[in-house]
Amino acid sequence: MENLGAIAILLAFCLGIYALVGSVAGAWRQKPFLIASANRAIYAVWFLLTTASALLVYALLTSDFRLAYVAAHSNRDMPPLYKFAAWWGGQEGSLLLWSWLLSCYSVVVLFTNRHKHRRIMPYVSATLMTTQVFFLIFNAFVANPFRVLAVGREITSVPDGNGLNPLLQYWAMAIHPPILYLGYVGFAVPFAFAMGSLITREPGDGWLHTIRRWTLVTWLFQSCGILLGAGWAYAVLGWGGYWGWDPVENASLLPWITATAFLHSVMMQEKKGMMKVWNVVLISATFWLCIFGTFLTRSGIVSSVHAFAQSPIGKWFTGYLALVGAAALYLILSRLDYLKTRSRLESVISRESSFLFNNLLLLVSCFAILWGTLFPVISEAVTGQKISVDVPFFNRVQIPVGLSLLFLTGVAPLLAWRRSSPASLKRNFMLPGIAGIGTIAVLFAAGMRHFYALVCFGLCLFVASTIALEFYRGARAISVKTGQNLAAAVVELTRRNTRRYGGYTVHIGIVLMFVGFAGSAFNKNLTVDVGIGDTFHLGRYDLKVLELREGENPNYTWNHAVVDVSTGGSHLANMEPERRFYKSSQQGSAEVSIRRRLHEDLYLNFAGMTDDNAKAVMQAYVFPLVSWIWIGFWVLILGTLICLTPSRVRARKARGAEPELADELVVAER
Amino acid sequence: MNTYWKFATLVVVVVGTLVWLAAGGIQESGTYYKTIGEVRQMGGDAFGKRLRVGGDVEAGSIVRVGPVVKFKLLQDKQTLNVVYEGTEPLPDTFRDGAQALADGKMGQDGVFRASKIQAKCASKYEAKPGTGAGAVKRAGI
Repeated sequence: MENLGAIAILLAFCLGIYALVGSVAGAWRQKPFLIASANRAIYAVWFLLTTASALLVYALLTSDFRLAYVAAHSNRDMPPLYKFAAWWGGQEGSLLLWSWLLSCYSVVVLFTNRHKHRRIMPYVSATLMTTQVFFLIFNAFVANPFRVLAVGREITSVPDGNGLNPLLQYWAMAIHPPILYLGYVGFAVPFAFAMGSLITREPGDGWLHTIRRWTLVTWLFQSCGILLGAGWAYAVLGWGGYWGWDPVENASLLPWITATAFLHSVMMQEKKGMMKVWNVVLISATFWLCIFGTFLTRSGIVSSVHAFAQSPIGKWFTGYLALVGAAALYLILSRLDYLKTRSRLESVISRESSFLFNNLLLLVSCFAILWGTLFPVISEAVTGQKISVDVPFFNRVQIPVGLSLLFLTGVAPLLAWRRSSPASLKRNFMLPGIAGIGTIAVLFAAGMRHFYALVCFGLCLFVASTIALEFYRGARAISVKTGQNLAAAVVELTRRNTRRYGGYTVHIGIVLMFVGFAGSAFNKNLTVDVGIGDTFHLGRYDLKVLELREGENPNYTWNHAVVDVSTGGSHLANMEPERRFYKSSQQGSAEVSIRRRLHEDLYLNFAGMTDDNAKAVMQAYVFPLVSWIWIGFWVLILGTLICLTPSRVRARKARGAEPELADELVVAER
Repeated sequence: MNTYWKFATLVVVVVGTLVWLAAGGIQESGTYYKTIGEVRQMGGDAFGKRLRVGGDVEAGSIVRVGPVVKFKLLQDKQTLNVVYEGTEPLPDTFRDGAQALADGKMGQDGVFRASKIQAKCASKYEAKPGTGAGAVKRAGI
């Protein structure tokens, strides 16, 4: 069976090369049959990789410990879900997942575009297959998941495996890697389209529409992946944070930032024909950063809390990154005439300029994160001293950048194209401005002195009211015309222009998340050694330890505490933090107990027993407003989904109708 | 003034501010990676700088006194006494034999005061004696 898996991967590798060569040769020589056969090869690659993945999953589920990968990442006593999740629990398996997801995307791209973009499709396939072949090299030759354990020439097996890393034995973590990969891998598609259009000098912006939707979908996956990771860190790691500027976290954030920049600046290209070069640069950078992120995660060049081993794949990645960078750069430079801009900037206070600054800030932020992440490598190369930077560095730069972006979120959508008149500025920003400054004044009077938190709350209210005003004005126009009530009119308004109002909804989600981030300025924490009956206090909470128990099951041993939580004498809840020690992997893990409320979370972590085993080391935290991060995230998902549904007006019109008709309608109705 | 000049000025102001902030951030949180041997050689220079020292946690050296954790780091047969007094709980992977990175400063008494500990397990195959895995080596198909 392991032979079948290995052969499937080898065959996929060969067919991948065939599809790559066939597509290019077919397009070059204009031989439709070659292109068709290359396309079939892509389907075959998908079939073979699906087979290989299924075999690996089967081996994991049936605990076939002859396979080194299964022995290292699974054991008999794990629940089936985590046996399945062990597919991406280690290097070999997660690279196979990468390959498989890419082949899935390739097949979807081929299928959905089978009647479209005839001229560029062969090059799109070729670009995708280049990446596919690159990853298949790993799957087949460098990190083959189907290696068996052997003594001499004899295949052997171990009685039980090491088990999945216990930190990964949590639902959000079990699905976090594949979702994040769906984002990472997905950015290969916009890149492929951009390269295809550059190579063929495809006229018109038809392909732009296709990749905007793709980018939005993969951007959504990437957002989900990042937020799941944050949610997992918060609920499992026991330190109470959700973001630590760890290299691997940064790696997932970098392409997200450039993709966000692209999603904004692509509007400039659609509406004004500007920033074409810039957009191609952003797409290429996003894809490059995705590969780079995989490289950071997998090669261990920067030490990280995500304990991935040093491995020999670094050289390969460096080579491929250089190839992608050089190819994209060459294509962009040699096609500058094709990417010529139609119009020019007219005023600093205009929609165009706000997009420029949005992009500038996002890019600066991205660059600062990259710089900080690679600082050990850079400083060693330049000064010979390996120096790393820590959380304070990132916060110093990212907090001002984040707040400036939040400000633009409120301002930019209300600025007119070309130039804004003072009268319109006053009409649009009077009320929100008063709301924002009023918030700051009230909070300051209430005793809040944290500068960034004050600014953040003020901006949040400012942005929220600009968006609310936008919805209100549009909805009122509709309700006056049709006699609907306001709520129905809001729905109608959103359906008429899903892109615009979906985008606003995403912005509301971002605002809510910033409320949650600002709350972290007021965190409280306490570490105590407690026995049964002991009490301690944090914030407004009185905590009393009722029980301390221990026990074991086949998978792990555990210590369990029951803590009574009350405030001012009235009982609120019993919280039950637990500490586990997994037998096969010999690792501990915390099962924290969190009392989630909208205004603050109470968070208890059973950190361990004291050395004499008499008392429990208990860590208690209060995290104000942290729930709003997760709520904002759900709003963000909702907004993105709204953006992805077609607008009603547009859907009724024939294809090729004015794309932003609904936008114009709403403006006219004011 | 020309629109493009206005733009250029704004861009320079934005980027300049951020570079200034970043430079300050590096000053504030720059941490030097050192081996235990290098820390010893630095002598007096080691005090006051933020350092990151890596090594294996010596088996049986972990002692917990209330919130304070003491242990020894071992690297190339040199050891370093470390005291951890941070507020964050130690990672679950921190235990005897684990590879650990300690961030902190060297004390005048020769004890390293860590404010942050990162740890990861030594390779699981080596760390798991007794199951016969020691005799097993990986081979191709």
